[in-house]
Amino acid sequence: MNPLSFLAQMIRIAIPYLFAASGGVVAERSGIVSLTLEGFMLGGAFGAVVGTNYSGSPWVGVLTGILAGLIFALIHAVCTIRYRADQVVVGVAINLLAIGVTRFFLKLFFASSSNSPRVAGFGGNIKWGGFDNPLLWLGLIVPVAVAFLIYRTPFGLRVRAAGEHPDAAESVGVSVTRVRYVAVAISGILAGLGGVYLALDQHQFTDQMTAGRGFIAISAVIFGRWDPIRAALACLLFAAAETFHIQLQGNHAIASQFIEMIPYALTIIALAGVVGRAVPPAALGKVED
Amino acid sequence: MTESTLKNESGKGPPPAFAPVPWRERAQEALIPPLVALLVALICGDLLILSYGQSPAGVYRLLLEGTWGNAYGFGQVLYKATTLAFTGLAVSFGLRAGLFNIGGESQLAAGGFAAALTGLALPVGTPLIIALVLCIIAAGCAGGVVGAVPAYLKTRFGAHEVIVTIMLNFIVLALLNWFIAGHLHVPETLHTPEIHAGVLPRLSDLSPTFHGSAANLALVVALIVAIAVWFYLFRTKGGYELRAVGLQPDAAEYGGISVGRVWMRALTFSGVIAGIGGINYVLGYKHYYEDGFASGAGFLGIAVALVGRNHPFGVLLAAFFFATLSQGGLAIHAFVPKQMMDVLQGVVIIAVATAVPEVRRVLRGARKRSDA
Amino acid sequence: MKEREAGSGKGEAIRMTGIDKSFGAIQENRGASLEVISGEIHALVGENGAGKSTLMRILGGLMKPDAWRVEVNGRDVTGWSTNDAIAAGIGIVHQHFMLVPTLTVAENLVLGCEPKTRLVALDYRRAADDVRKLSNETGLVIAPDRLVSDLSVGEAQRVEILKVLFRGAKILVLDEPTAVLSPPEVRELWSVLRGLRDNGATVVLITHRLDEVVELSDTITVMRAGQTVERIKTSETTPSEIARAMVGREVSLSAGKRVEPLARPEGPQRDQGLEARNIHVTSPRGIRVVDGVSFSIKPGEILGIAGVEGNGQTELIEALAGLRPVFSGDILIDGLDITRRSVAARHDAGLSHIPEDRHRRGLILEYSVADNLILGVQKQFAKRGVLDQDRVMENAMEDVSAFDIRPPNPLLAARALSGGNQQKVVIAREMSRNFSVLLASQPTRGVDVGAIEFIHSQLLEARAKGKAILLVSAELNEVLALSDRIAVMYRGKFAVVMPASEASEETLGEYMIGAKKGNAD
Repeated sequence: MNPLSFLAQMIRIAIPYLFAASGGVVAERSGIVSLTLEGFMLGGAFGAVVGTNYSGSPWVGVLTGILAGLIFALIHAVCTIRYRADQVVVGVAINLLAIGVTRFFLKLFFASSSNSPRVAGFGGNIKWGGFDNPLLWLGLIVPVAVAFLIYRTPFGLRVRAAGEHPDAAESVGVSVTRVRYVAVAISGILAGLGGVYLALDQHQFTDQMTAGRGFIAISAVIFGRWDPIRAALACLLFAAAETFHIQLQGNHAIASQFIEMIPYALTIIALAGVVGRAVPPAALGKVED
Repeated sequence: MTESTLKNESGKGPPPAFAPVPWRERAQEALIPPLVALLVALICGDLLILSYGQSPAGVYRLLLEGTWGNAYGFGQVLYKATTLAFTGLAVSFGLRAGLFNIGGESQLAAGGFAAALTGLALPVGTPLIIALVLCIIAAGCAGGVVGAVPAYLKTRFGAHEVIVTIMLNFIVLALLNWFIAGHLHVPETLHTPEIHAGVLPRLSDLSPTFHGSAANLALVVALIVAIAVWFYLFRTKGGYELRAVGLQPDAAEYGGISVGRVWMRALTFSGVIAGIGGINYVLGYKHYYEDGFASGAGFLGIAVALVGRNHPFGVLLAAFFFATLSQGGLAIHAFVPKQMMDVLQGVVIIAVATAVPEVRRVLRGARKRSDA
Repeated sequence: MKEREAGSGKGEAIRMTGIDKSFGAIQENRGASLEVISGEIHALVGENGAGKSTLMRILGGLMKPDAWRVEVNGRDVTGWSTNDAIAAGIGIVHQHFMLVPTLTVAENLVLGCEPKTRLVALDYRRAADDVRKLSNETGLVIAPDRLVSDLSVGEAQRVEILKVLFRGAKILVLDEPTAVLSPPEVRELWSVLRGLRDNGATVVLITHRLDEVVELSDTITVMRAGQTVERIKTSETTPSEIARAMVGREVSLSAGKRVEPLARPEGPQRDQGLEARNIHVTSPRGIRVVDGVSFSIKPGEILGIAGVEGNGQTELIEALAGLRPVFSGDILIDGLDITRRSVAARHDAGLSHIPEDRHRRGLILEYSVADNLILGVQKQFAKRGVLDQDRVMENAMEDVSAFDIRPPNPLLAARALSGGNQQKVVIAREMSRNFSVLLASQPTRGVDVGAIEFIHSQLLEARAKGKAILLVSAELNEVLALSDRIAVMYRGKFAVVMPASEASEETLGEYMIGAKKGNAD
């Protein structure tokens, strides 16, 4: 096993996780549950393919992908923040809605129930092995940027206050509502970008192509204890497990199903506090009536 | 048991003439979610149908004909409603104790798998009733085990059940996939061999008009479970305690109720109910376990519980509604892609989750104003 | 409303008139009003539930009342927001701290008005400098980089005051600031507040403690049952006058109508009643909130616990009731050790409990009155696990008429009842069961006068029936009027236990504020 190719593949696999998990950290730190990442990603992936297909430019695809992620995020935000609907229920429904909407429009735009036609993407020079894709570099920067946002900016301070003690934030005139809207929008944009990367990397959209990656991203958020950098490291760890498995293909020492379980099992272990308890933001998912 | 001597004996209170909770209020409570669901489904459906260049009226007629309009379609609706009734009851049972079971899919799958294993292990010719009972027990136990894990982690470590049940979905489904793909499958497929015992009669065996539809006697099991859940929740001490924990855990604790024990019971039995649902597919329809048969049923169970207001009989109706949507998609597929129904499902859940609390707040406000 | 002219030539900082606010069926304020002169310390007093805090939340823009008019510094500000209130120089120090525990002191201070560097980042260095500067000016010293979750209560309150001053508050509102403070901390707070007033700030102090009012304030506004009943200059009144205005009837501060000692049968009842031996309870953060409390209560005796709230009374009761683990010590009911027993087992042993918070613990608000009347005894109404609906209704109708619960409809949700009737449901349930020991925690909190007298008579009747009763109340006159013996709880310990005949408000007060036996720290 070539360590360099291992590293390269691991990073390529990790990029969608890094985008989505970074978005998840922002939303959850503001107090909004991010079971929606899967749906945002799927929307972003579909948006990217539609935009790229009709314009021929992947850059347009990036914009339409972001837009799609943002639209789903705003639906989620309006329902849970403005109307105080249950975040778990709406989150589950957003994911179902994303599957339905992408399927319906896949049929409407591309007359297929399984996949879109091939679209352009970034880079593609074999020599570079995917590292000529600007989105890949963006994905590597995003966690650092989010860490800066959360810990070093006024907005980040407000996000943390809104997620821990919204009443305290309100009492000093911070609009928790506005902070949460922006935070959820950021999570929609970032998770959408994760979907964009995925779709453009594969040059097409396929039905349910995110295949649970949004949930792996949530696992990373929890396993990383709601910290952007630790969540990013968790993404890399989960990606490493996948890479390890792919590179061992043919060697059936460990069944693939057990590799698949790793992120989920680690998350449960982290939640149960076997190794240092993962404590969520105090106001996460709470709705005051 | 009461020490009536302690009580104030003046007895000057007015005669015990009292009315139960006003029926109007109760009717509003019960009817708002389904009405919202229906209304939103209609509006959104119109838009989607129009976007496809078809006439909504025509498509709806087709939908009704293909579902309630003929025995086959109706049978299919009943079949799909059966699975959804199980997962919906499972979710609502947990919610009554204040716990969110999102693991319906893996519990259903585990139940189906256990039912298939039992059916395979039993000798050919085992009397149906014995085989059925054994299969149901196996399915319930399997679902219950999957439900007990998040229950234990919640009670013991305070791990949030939403995340644990989601994560467990992936883990259990991967495990089952490993069993099937690696050990138990019929070559070239992802399903087990056909079971030897426990095959449930279909409705078409009883009445030929249902010919070809998958509806089977698991439907009756679902009805029985719904009645049992209702009885447990509203007529027993256990149900009294379970609902108390769901409404106000601190008050329940004060009342001598062990919150942890109720949580254990609620999530475990939620898993049991979902697990038993596995018999609909395995014993009633295909007679084998197939990888992925439970796909999506767990999440839809949340929708069913929500629209059914967490009441067992409401859940049955809601299951019927969502099954109609799903079967209706097939009926109209020639004109509008059936994927439209996937969109509608999502929209309906969001609308109900969002609108119902809002509608209720508005109503409550209006009532207060009219009282003043 | 009686009005005695208290104003001078100075301008009015706050004028609130005609404030109405209700939550569901409960009307917190009805036509309440408040006038505060610029540069004074103004006390807003009233019993628990009189509507003081609600009035202040409205002033701070946190709450929108139903009918109202608010003026600040002569400007009509009716309907303003939190931000408007802050901008106008109103700073509220809430009873429950509005601090984010996971943030540092500096972060909490600048939240909402963060200094920025030239780029987009938060200027942490300037934030810390600002905190230090403000600390030096006011004498409220605190390290800016400490996490709020690591602070003591007194320190957290310092941060709260700094926080409102940091926002340029000229009118400070403090909601029950001393409830959680030790005497030295209280003294420090007083000197800070006096200093602020001397520098031109206006202070509104919300409290229900008369000693504080008399010691500190220039003017007093008294609220009762959501209404403003009196406005007096402190120098022109006496504590008993204030007390009378607060409760709305004559209260003798020195001695309530004292209950006569019961003639107790002597005999083999050495182990009867409730006995607590050296009870220690720790908070989740490891602080000893109950620190070695021992007592015993004989059948037919009421032990009253007086004390400033937050001195461990809640934790002691919860530990006795089985709702909070005991760190060490023994609890015995009629000689039976129940220290490690469950709540249900304690019920069986003969424990009955009127909890201090009926909305959180005492009632399941969505349940009907009938269902609430079996909470904790549901076992007795079940046959092989199935509830006997007829007996539940029978029991409910009995209780409803015996305890005069209104409206007399057992099918009504408990939520729909008034506070007094909700409390009657709790009392009815706890008094109707078979018990030998009763824990009564704030049994008359937030209920009307008529219900208070009914509840008192119930407690005395239970005493006459030979029950051992532990009474905890924030109302000193209630403790004085009902108890055979009185203990004062101070910082997790019993400061003193004395026969009620020797107790008076003055003597108890000294123990309550730690003045006597006060060289403990």
